[in-house]
Amino acid sequence: MTAQNGNILEAVQVRKEFGGLIAVNDIDFVIPRGSIVSLIGPNGAGKTTFFNTITGVYKPTAGAVFFEDKEIAGLPPHQVTGLGMARTFQNIRLFHNMTALENVLVAMHGHIKGGIVRSIFRTPGLKREEAEAQERGRELLEFSGLRRKDDEYAKNLSYGDQRRLEVARALATEPKLLLLDEPTAGMNPDETATFTAFVAKLREDQNMTVLLIEHDMKVVMGISDRVTVLDYGEKIAEGAPLEVQHDARVIEAYLGTGATG
Amino acid sequence: MSTRAARIRTPGLGSETTRKWALPAVVIALIVAYPLLIENVSFLDSLFVGRLGIDMDTAFQMATYTMLALGLNIVVGYAGLLDLGYVAFFALGAYTLGWFGSSLFAGQNIHFLDVGNKAIPGIHLSFWVVVPLAGLICAIAGIIIGWPTLRLRGDYLAIVTLGFGEIIPDVFRNGDSIGGHNLTNGVRGVTQLDRPGFGESLNSATGGFLPDRYSSLPDELKPWYYTILIMCLITIFVNLRLRDSKMGRAWIAVREDEIAASAMGVPLMRTKLWAYAIGGVFGGLAGSIYGSFINGIFPTSFSFQISVIVLVMVIVGGMGNVWGVIVGASLISWLNFTGLGKLGSLLNDAIPGTTHDVEITKYKYGLFGFLLIMMMVFRPEGLIPSARRKAEFKEGDEAYLYDVSTE
Repeated sequence: MTAQNGNILEAVQVRKEFGGLIAVNDIDFVIPRGSIVSLIGPNGAGKTTFFNTITGVYKPTAGAVFFEDKEIAGLPPHQVTGLGMARTFQNIRLFHNMTALENVLVAMHGHIKGGIVRSIFRTPGLKREEAEAQERGRELLEFSGLRRKDDEYAKNLSYGDQRRLEVARALATEPKLLLLDEPTAGMNPDETATFTAFVAKLREDQNMTVLLIEHDMKVVMGISDRVTVLDYGEKIAEGAPLEVQHDARVIEAYLGTGATG
Repeated sequence: MSTRAARIRTPGLGSETTRKWALPAVVIALIVAYPLLIENVSFLDSLFVGRLGIDMDTAFQMATYTMLALGLNIVVGYAGLLDLGYVAFFALGAYTLGWFGSSLFAGQNIHFLDVGNKAIPGIHLSFWVVVPLAGLICAIAGIIIGWPTLRLRGDYLAIVTLGFGEIIPDVFRNGDSIGGHNLTNGVRGVTQLDRPGFGESLNSATGGFLPDRYSSLPDELKPWYYTILIMCLITIFVNLRLRDSKMGRAWIAVREDEIAASAMGVPLMRTKLWAYAIGGVFGGLAGSIYGSFINGIFPTSFSFQISVIVLVMVIVGGMGNVWGVIVGASLISWLNFTGLGKLGSLLNDAIPGTTHDVEITKYKYGLFGFLLIMMMVFRPEGLIPSARRKAEFKEGDEAYLYDVSTE
């Protein structure tokens, strides 16, 4: 179904400790190019920490992360984003007092030349660049299901729209790999279905690679090519959605010991 | 396609622009005409100069502080970096004039396009060279100071910048024997500073319109006024242009949420450094002309109070809003220089008898503190807030109302 030319991301023995707590315990993890990979696990399993470790928010205690064969562990987040990796936040972190369009424009930072002197004199080149960026931003908002919301302050958007804006903003960085941290949390079933179709479309149309952290099993099982299960910071299962669903350790992690017996 | 293009172009044209600029244009025109108005209309003269005390000297000081406030607005209002040591740039700008436009280095005799007496020793660059040089030096200083300090956030940044605001005047105080060299003349300060001017040839070529050398006589301060006014207009222009630029958006994003901003590809350090350095530039520009105007630079002139009062101007006016900051700066600098005294005497005159007379200026800082507290209670977003700030202070209730009305 997808053109699999290698792995876009490889994490090798990644470990993250906070004092004595091992939040991520020597995890090996790969994301094949063009695939949708899900990361699941009970609350506190270390999913978001793992996510933060590969996006540069945290520096891993040990191990290495390669994005397109380039070592990225320890790089500051803006450089990781610049390489082509963009993320959304589990607890929505929009720029609340900026409009939807401005949110998206901020995310184009790395792709707009700008320049202090050019901005002060507003040269023809800069004006053209700004107009293009705005047009691209509007298109992106429309594509993400935020038609005519361009000039709304982010905080005035409905919850579902805020989630959509998170994704639109991440897409504005022109990523090759999109990391979504519980994107459907708090959405109703209709919104969730629309969103799932949107992610599938992203992959179809733009050959986007997606890493998804998700609690909603219907979403995970519906669109993932591979599923990785974490528990207490360790990888306990990995494989196709159906395999993972029937894995004894996974059922145990979710439902407790004895559930399989 | 054509509708899309039209939508992008509209903000630049049409009635919306006219409406937006009508009021500022009228106000700016009145400010430009101010010296002529008070000279020729005796009613305006007795009101503005007599009653309110806005003579040319005060007007110049007000404009200087407006420039400072607009510079600080970039740092605090746009990028959200609480800088309590902004006076450092003001001082550095003034001392730049001391170095390159006075007889401080009496062993030298360098003159470059200056309008003073060529026989006077010292380094004398043209005033129009010294001013941008002051801006440049302050930008570099901003980067040097900002490099280690801007890694800190919030309160910690405020404390460290406060420290730098104290350290820099102290360096000037003790700079009279750095390695045996007298770089600042210590507590005695630098006096007899070069004044701006256009030289004899330009003076006669323009029929006396451009002054040969600015005079410091109280009746001849108009050239000073127009010079600082042009500098203010440039500052306003840069403020507005940068606000609507890629950098301006990045500043606001950093202020809103650093982690999200950096995850969206905004380099935090570089973005903050730009804010700090550009803010510093305007402090330096203001400092250089101010030093020349008051014709004396002393370490004690650059106290912590200036940092605080400029910050108060930004807060009272409306952080992040250029027009608000201008109003705040004009109002508070006027009160600070002559306004409070004039208001006090009006008050004393209004009540018959002399036994109750109070010298209201003695309670200046108390009154400013009271004003600030009142502002925080009744109008925390400032006199003329930016739409963004207004929204920020109305957090919660308004968003809720909106949701209800649209669902």
